[in-house]
Parts: sequence; C-alpha cells; structure tokens
Amino acid sequence: MASRPRTLYEKIWDAHVVERRDDGTCLIFIDRHLVHEVTSPQAFEGLRVAGRAVRRPELTLAVPDHNLPTTARADSFGLPLPIADAQSAQQLAALERNVAEFGIRYFHANALEQGIVHVVGPEQGFSLPGTTIVCGDSHTSAHGGVGALAFGIGTSEVEHVLATQTLLLTPSHTMEVRVEGALGPGVTPKDLILHIIGRIGTAGGTGHVIEFRGPVFQAMSVEARLTVCNMSIEGGARAGLVAPDETTFAYLKGRPLAPRGEEWEQAVAYWRTLHTDEGAAFDRSVVIDAATIEPTVTWGTSPEDTAPIGGTVPDPASFADPSKQEAARKSLDYMGLTPGQRLSEVEVQNIFIGSCTNSRIEDLRAAAAVLKGRHKAAGVKWAIVVPGSGLVKAQAEAEGLDRIFTEAGLEWREPGCSACLGMNPDKVPSGERCASTSNRNFVGRQGPGSRTHLVSPAMAAAAAVTGRLTDVRELMD
Amino acid sequence: MDPVRVVEGRAIPFGRKNVDTDLIIPARWLKTISREGLGAGAFETVRAEPGNLFDQPEFAGAPILIAGDNFGCGSSREHAAWALLDTGIRAVIAPSFSDIFAGNAFKNGILTVALPQDAVDRLMAVAASDPISIDLEHQTVTTPFQDRFTFTIDPFRRHCLLEGLDEVGLTLARGDAIAAYEQRLSVQQPWVARGTGSGLAA
Repeated sequence: MASRPRTLYEKIWDAHVVERRDDGTCLIFIDRHLVHEVTSPQAFEGLRVAGRAVRRPELTLAVPDHNLPTTARADSFGLPLPIADAQSAQQLAALERNVAEFGIRYFHANALEQGIVHVVGPEQGFSLPGTTIVCGDSHTSAHGGVGALAFGIGTSEVEHVLATQTLLLTPSHTMEVRVEGALGPGVTPKDLILHIIGRIGTAGGTGHVIEFRGPVFQAMSVEARLTVCNMSIEGGARAGLVAPDETTFAYLKGRPLAPRGEEWEQAVAYWRTLHTDEGAAFDRSVVIDAATIEPTVTWGTSPEDTAPIGGTVPDPASFADPSKQEAARKSLDYMGLTPGQRLSEVEVQNIFIGSCTNSRIEDLRAAAAVLKGRHKAAGVKWAIVVPGSGLVKAQAEAEGLDRIFTEAGLEWREPGCSACLGMNPDKVPSGERCASTSNRNFVGRQGPGSRTHLVSPAMAAAAAVTGRLTDVRELMD
Repeated sequence: MDPVRVVEGRAIPFGRKNVDTDLIIPARWLKTISREGLGAGAFETVRAEPGNLFDQPEFAGAPILIAGDNFGCGSSREHAAWALLDTGIRAVIAPSFSDIFAGNAFKNGILTVALPQDAVDRLMAVAASDPISIDLEHQTVTTPFQDRFTFTIDPFRRHCLLEGLDEVGLTLARGDAIAAYEQRLSVQQPWVARGTGSGLAA
C-alpha cells in the first residue's frame, strides 16, 4: 500500500514517536543531546533533588564553550590555567562534577576535541542524518545541516531529556524555503541566510520547521548548510533542515562516532530515504532567486534588519507597519546611524570572526583569502579570530591560516563562543561597532552598548582591511 | 509545580515587539548555577532608561506583562522565564510568542496568552490605570470594563498547568513505552542507540 507523500520533517518526526496522546501531544525519542556549562547546572541539580538518574548517558555529549576564555588556557607545560572569572570557573566546575557523577562523555576545556557544541557534534559524527538532536541552546538548529531534526530547548527540557531521553512535543508546521539559481561571486551562505531572514522576518518561521530546498543548497558543502540551518532560529523557526545526500555521507564517513563497516552501509541505505517525497505538501512556501542576493549586512538590532552592502540605512518612515517604524527608530538611535547613510561608509572598530554560525574551516579559509598579504586598517582596534573547535584550530594552523591572520594584525584565539554573546572576557566596548560573523545583533548582545553588524567571514575580513563595512567583491581578484 | 487557575492584577503595558531573551535577561546574568535571584537583572537595559515602566511604583509586583509580536525570540535561555518569575510576573499577553520561550514559560507556570493585536491594544489602554484578569480554566481575559477576550492554549499544557503536574514524573510513568522504543532502535539503528558508547578518540 502506497503511503501518503511526506516531507523530510514528517519522516523524521514519525520515526521518533514513542507514544501519541489523545490531545495530539507526542512523546518523542531524543537520539542525541549536547550539553554545555551555562544551561545545564540547574537541570542536573533538579535530577539530584528528585533522586533521578540519567536514563541514557551514552546519548549525551558534554563540552564547555560559552564562557571559557579564548586566551591561552594552558601554561607552557600544558597544565590548565585557572579561569579568572569566579562565576565562570564555578559553572565549569559544576559541569565537570555533573558529567563525572552521571557518567556522561566529556571533552574538557583543553582537549583537542573541545569546541562550540554545534561545531563539535557534526565534526565528531555525533550528529547524524535522521536523528533528533537537542541542546540547551537555540542554535542547535545548526545540526539540520546534516539532515537531523535539531532544535534548542530550555533547562527544564534538558532535565526532562536527561531523565527520560524524550520530550513531550506537538508537531510543527512545515515551511519550504526554495532558492533557485546560483549565488554570485562573493555571495556566501551567510549572505543567503541573512537575506532569507530579512525576507521572512524574525517571526516568519514561528511554529514551523524549515526545509531548505533547491539547487543552491544541493551544491553547498555540509559546513555551509550548517551555517544556513544555524540561523533558522533567527527566522523564528523551530528547526532548519537540508536533506542528506552524497555530500553529507562523504562528510560523515570516518568521523569518530559515525557508523563503520557494514553498519555504515546500512545507515547510508536508510539515510537515502530521508528526503521529501514527490507531491508532499508544505504548509508554507517561499521561493527566492539566488541571483538577486548581494553580500548582506545588518543595520539594526534585529537579524531581520538586513540590507545589501551597496544599499543605505533605511528611513524608519519607509516601513508600512507603525510598530516596525518605532522599532527601526529605536534601532537606529542605538546603532548611531542616520537614514540614507551609505552602509559602505559605516566605520567599524572591532572585528569578530567566529561563533557557531561561522567558525568552521571553510569560514576561516574564506576570511584568510581576503586577508592574505593585507593588514587591518588603523581604525580597527580589536580583531579576533576564534576557531570553532580545537580540531578546526589545528587544521587551520596546518594550512597556515593562523599566520595569515596574525600577519594581518588579527589575534588567533582558543575555541569557544567568545564575543558572539560576551559571556567570557571577549566583549565589544560600549558605543563601538563590530563587524561580526555571529548570529545576533540584539541590543547589548556583544557587551553593554555594543553595536553589531552581522556579516559573512569574507565581509568581516574586508571590513578589517578597510575599517568600514565593505563589499568584499571590491577586494577580490 | 503549583496549579495555575487565575492570574489577576496590574499589567505592565510594555508593548514592545520582538522582545528577545537577551533583553529580558542579559548574558552576564547567566553565569549562575541557581534558578533564583535573576529578577535583579530582568530588563536591565530597559530599566536603565529614565522613567521606564518597570520601575514605576504602580507596577511594582505586577503579575502580568503585555508586549508586542514575537515575545521571547532569540536565545533558549530559561533564565528569561526565571527572571520574569522572580519579578512576580505570572503571565505574558502578546500577539505571538517564540516557540522556545513559550515552552520555557509553561514549564515554570507562566501563562503565555496570545491575543490578536487589537485585543492587545485594548488591554494596553486598560493596563495604564486598571487591573486585568486571566482565567485559564475558561480561557478568558477580562477587564473591569466588561471587556472579554477568549484565547486558545495547547490542551496538554492547559491540563498540566491547571493540575500542577510534574512533566518529568508524567513521562517517567511511561517508562515501558520508552523501553519498547529503545529496544526497536537498538535493532534497527544500533549506531544511533550506541551514542558515545564506542569509537570516540581520546
């Protein structure tokens, strides 16, 4: 009997239903759980207080990332240096105590495998196609880049997953974002996802899981797909997905936690079934022509406040919605920008290349390609490059990228979340601007009073060279 | 969790759209290992503005917050819900909520009441001077001026809130069903069931 055509999301959902309640709520099995130091202490404490165990410790992987310093973390003998901030040190100590007590696999702060949870998961082959993946971090949507249903959860849900390996959920609506054509030179996956968020708005995907479809995503590397899916949450979506394909399988093969041998063949055979069926219906569909997309930057304090680099700061009065007009006025006031100002004339004092959005090897290569043989502008006071993991760092160093960055006057740091959210010492000073490859330009996100312009790694490198937001295509051969 | 049936009292007519969780509680407050005491950092950047609503005496301890579209967008930090709770807020009324925030609020017994923008506008006007009442059982929001708005809520969440149920406890009672699923998984996709159980370097 032929079954009803289903979307990729529906296939993964259906495969994880443990039980369906009469009210429509489903008990969903969680295959993979990533844990970091900031959103987990209260969850472990909850288990302890209730006298509950971790049901499946081998399905959880823990790694500290959010508030580790990115300056040297070990002395010349390789011994760990203490963390100066007492509260950060306390959170790290709590994580180490919890993983030991509950028997959870852990990459310590100085392990080669340490890094940002969303870089580590795919890199280790922990994140696999068709699995359900959660983490107490909204950018868990990144793992959709390997064809997993992955989404951020709160600390109470972290506790629920630890205790039961399940979550109680209602199905999401489905949304297709289809991009036709091909991206132009100098236009990167980051520009594409910023453009998409500008188009649908930060609430555009609320209640939905987005599947990214079409030739642009099919042609992308897994790293690029991770960048796109990472920012699905900035479009309000619960998760983002790209169907797994030969590119995905080639990326995962041989990774430490990926299946091997005969199991690899079985896994790939199953993964090949994970695509949206011909004739399956999405609740919403958005179609975009890739050729219309330029290198994109943000001008405001919401990720939907995007504009092509060749454009100008918008006039708040140009928005139809009165509440958006008011929001835009507040944003421009905070950002210190005036309507009509050319974006390419906006000067920046800080550069941040990193975060779970853009700290993988391809991102670093793209930034280094622009910086090679060049130097940061005099007006750029602080410029750091923070690799996504120890393995990314080692790979970049093997390729000589670290020397390109340091010769250009940028600092080469240890892996972590860093200036994306300024929980560690890496912050943008009040009133200063940062061209940042991270994912959020919220008020105060990179430090109190900080002004963030979201850009691609290549665009951040271009801004470092000129000291202002710059169309990277002007620096390309 | 204590059962929730009615939330009534003054409502802070904040009204802002796209209130992100960084605005509700900035990252520097997340370095705690406790759920307590986060009210001190709630809306820190807004409260730095002179004459802000949150610090006006008439809204001290107000149990309801009214906001614009897409409340709670951004970071998944449950600290946002804990911070609201610590300031005495037990319900948020807005045209829409981010999915993750709505889940976090529910887990902490905070009602997220989604109403159309015109109803929210009317409640904003009432809130300037008068109290508002939210009745979860009948799914209504009422004012002293005979306004009556009905809202919908996920039936499972409503049931848990009204009964004050512990969700982890509920799920643990389904342990046999979970075990049956795990058994199938270990046969059909042993590489998924194994997790970090083997193969990891270092």
